[in-house]
Amino acid sequence: METYAILQCIWWGLLGVLLMGLAVMVGMDMGVGTILRYVGRSDVERRVALNIVGPHWEGNQVWFILGGGAVFAAFPLIYATAFSGFYVVMLLLLWSMILRPLGFEYRSKMPSPAWRNMWDWTLLVSGLLPMVIFGAAIGNLFRGVPFHFDWTLTSTYTGSFLGLFNPFAILCGLLAACLSILMGAVTVMNGAEGVMYERGRTLARLGAAIGAALFAVGGWWVQRMPGFVLDAAPGAGVPQTPMQQQVSLHAGAWLGNFHAHPMLWLVPVLGFVGMAASYLAANARRSHLAWWLGALAWAGVIGTVGAALFPFMLPSISEPAQSLTIWNSSSSRVTLGWMLGFTAVFVPLIVWYTSWAFYVMRGKVSAAHIAADDHAY
Amino acid sequence: MHDITVVDLSRLQFAATALYHFLFIPMTLGLTFMLAAMETVYVITGKEIYKRITQFWGKLLLINFALGVATGLTMEFQFGTNWSFYSSFVGDIFGAPLAIEGLMAFFLESTFIGLMIFGWDRLSRGQHLAVTFLVALGSNLSALWILIANSFMQDPVGAAFNPVTMRMELHDFAALIFSHDAQAKFVHTSIAGYVTGAVFVAGVSAWYMLKHRHMEVARRSFRMAVLFGVLSTAGVITLGDALGFVGGQAQPTKLAAMEGLWKTEAAPMPFNLVAFPSQKAQTNYGQLQVPYALSLLVTHTLTGTVPGIDVLEQRAATRIRDGIPAVAALKTLSSDPHNVDALAQFNAHKQDLGYGFLVKRYANDVTTATDTQIAKASRDAIPPVAPMFWSFRIMVVMGLAMLAFFVLALIYTMRNDIEKHRWFLWVAVWMIPVPFLACEAGWLVAEVGRQPWTVFGVLPTWMSASTHSVSYMIFSLVGFVALYTVFIVIEMYLMLRAIRQGPDDAHPDALMTAHPLTDLPFSYREA
Repeated sequence: METYAILQCIWWGLLGVLLMGLAVMVGMDMGVGTILRYVGRSDVERRVALNIVGPHWEGNQVWFILGGGAVFAAFPLIYATAFSGFYVVMLLLLWSMILRPLGFEYRSKMPSPAWRNMWDWTLLVSGLLPMVIFGAAIGNLFRGVPFHFDWTLTSTYTGSFLGLFNPFAILCGLLAACLSILMGAVTVMNGAEGVMYERGRTLARLGAAIGAALFAVGGWWVQRMPGFVLDAAPGAGVPQTPMQQQVSLHAGAWLGNFHAHPMLWLVPVLGFVGMAASYLAANARRSHLAWWLGALAWAGVIGTVGAALFPFMLPSISEPAQSLTIWNSSSSRVTLGWMLGFTAVFVPLIVWYTSWAFYVMRGKVSAAHIAADDHAY
Repeated sequence: MHDITVVDLSRLQFAATALYHFLFIPMTLGLTFMLAAMETVYVITGKEIYKRITQFWGKLLLINFALGVATGLTMEFQFGTNWSFYSSFVGDIFGAPLAIEGLMAFFLESTFIGLMIFGWDRLSRGQHLAVTFLVALGSNLSALWILIANSFMQDPVGAAFNPVTMRMELHDFAALIFSHDAQAKFVHTSIAGYVTGAVFVAGVSAWYMLKHRHMEVARRSFRMAVLFGVLSTAGVITLGDALGFVGGQAQPTKLAAMEGLWKTEAAPMPFNLVAFPSQKAQTNYGQLQVPYALSLLVTHTLTGTVPGIDVLEQRAATRIRDGIPAVAALKTLSSDPHNVDALAQFNAHKQDLGYGFLVKRYANDVTTATDTQIAKASRDAIPPVAPMFWSFRIMVVMGLAMLAFFVLALIYTMRNDIEKHRWFLWVAVWMIPVPFLACEAGWLVAEVGRQPWTVFGVLPTWMSASTHSVSYMIFSLVGFVALYTVFIVIEMYLMLRAIRQGPDDAHPDALMTAHPLTDLPFSYREA
């Protein structure tokens, strides 16, 4: 294979890893927001829950920014087409993401119960909604998205906002919400004690069980829905535009990669095993283990999506021949090369100092300490 | 085709959200560095008062930081949502610095700001100081990469159009990051942030001195802010001059608009101190001139001259005519990538491709463009003169006012009689909005002056926007205005409240449960 094709594949993989990082780290914080009103019945309990993610949510949120930046740099055509096509979705996602920091920062700055209650609801909505939308957007990739290009490669989206919420997309959205609740609940178990720990345990098991069921239904569904097949294209590692390919649709075609390479079945299996084992670990009160297994489940689920769609990234239902693939939407070889260099240096550094930050702030959060600290959330 | 109303609404939304975002960024840039300086004094002297000073300003920084992060997300999304053609056309170059900013800078500041606020009892003094410095480093590196990206829009170096992929592609990464515009603009902008931080700290401290509250914290903070401020204001003016020099060469249209220079004049050129430019009449009303000054300012000689708008419009017309065959050849190549004739025609005219796009706004099939349409497009090549002329002057006057303020403050501080000059302390309080306004004016000069391009000479603004409906654009604009209004109200309320409470406050809950107010532990977790 040519260097360019290898770089394209590496970046496709890195994007997957970033998506997993985003799902695990941001999903965990959003999960805590979603279940805040359930795990925390009193104000003090809610503050305990918030302060468990308190020192880290800001760093975790950067996964989201980094994810956006990486798509922009490595697959500009995907960034441009998806962000403008999913316009209302992106705005709702964005508005949720910018409300969350304010929820964290401002909620406990005023003693009024009405004020705090308002922010608790804000944290719930801005935790749950983005996860559902995130999942639904991924679900729509399987069905194809209605967009086409003119000769300058200006994209036009012809679908509606509500059209995105078809049954399969809703299923994917619920799956994402379940996994986020699982991770959020396990995080609460990691940081809290007593009754909050038990509430977290209940929700973790619930999230894992429903998530596994939805994942199974999704697999059955994909087997029957029309999938995209790349019949002719300039190929991997060849500079090109999306105007030079032939694409057809066949029922069950999204499983083509799995039939061709049976080893790939291990990826969805990883998702199931992750959820099942996370359930068992939460049940056995091994919350740290359950967290890692939940992260594994996310990796399995996102890996399954990637394995099924490859080499498609954003299929077009209205002009299938103009579907975006790894090969026609990536950046140039020079850009991918430079970006890989920066990633190779900085990602290990980030992992190192993030771990250190978690290590410094390790331990349980208690009500007494929140009451005594004027910087607590 | 693009609906021009949608393009204008996209521009309005970008300007509104960017100006709003830029209210918080300069203060983050400045305060993080000032905190690092304050904490350094604490670590060296071991005096508890400096720890309290650091923690107090750190709390105000955090209120500001949260909105800076939140509104920064909007900016990163907006290129994709509202400017999708721009994003795919130059994403190969523009996306890279944005992604590197996340990797190198944003992760750093966001991870360590948590430790900076929560880690006082968990880190040794040296470790905590290192953390504070890393937050400052992170926020400044963040500015560096964003401004490298911005500089590509101002002076697109290190890249070329590839007809095979129909977009601009990166050729020379070093040229991109070491562009003169990027260097001058990074230093100018980050130092403007230090000025903002210094004016803020000086103003709040002055208010405490006027009220005779928290005198120990206020006196020391004021002194540090003045030292910081006098150095950075001098720096920001010097670098502003350098930026004007670099920018004048790369973007003569920006310079001409800034100076209201309708006609090219012989050296030494006079400087328009005051004027009321009219775009329609292509002339200035009521102008007050300083002889020789423009030549000195923009060329640093008495014999230098720069082209006026009349000449620049002529040049644009010539380049538009040359760009038309490039656009036509590109259209052929898009459906027939191996057409040898089209490729030859494209290569012969590619340096004016962007100018060809400029006339496509009036003639969708550029080969049919009439002389009137070309004249219209070449008039477009000049940015709006009056807003440029005035934002530039407002920025400069404010910069000079802050320099005078800090020099006087330095004199009073050195004489150690600042508290006797109550009028001056009030001036310090009323100075607080000035750097914010100056920063906003600076943004306007840089970005309005780039019009009609998103990437100067390469991609016109009108082509860059997404193809949305007007109703979508109104929906998002209304959403942002509503959210951002709520945010600024809450932010101002919390900031003013934190300032009124001063350095000795406790958490509202601690007040309610009657905790002792002195020296609360900063950790909330069990060891």
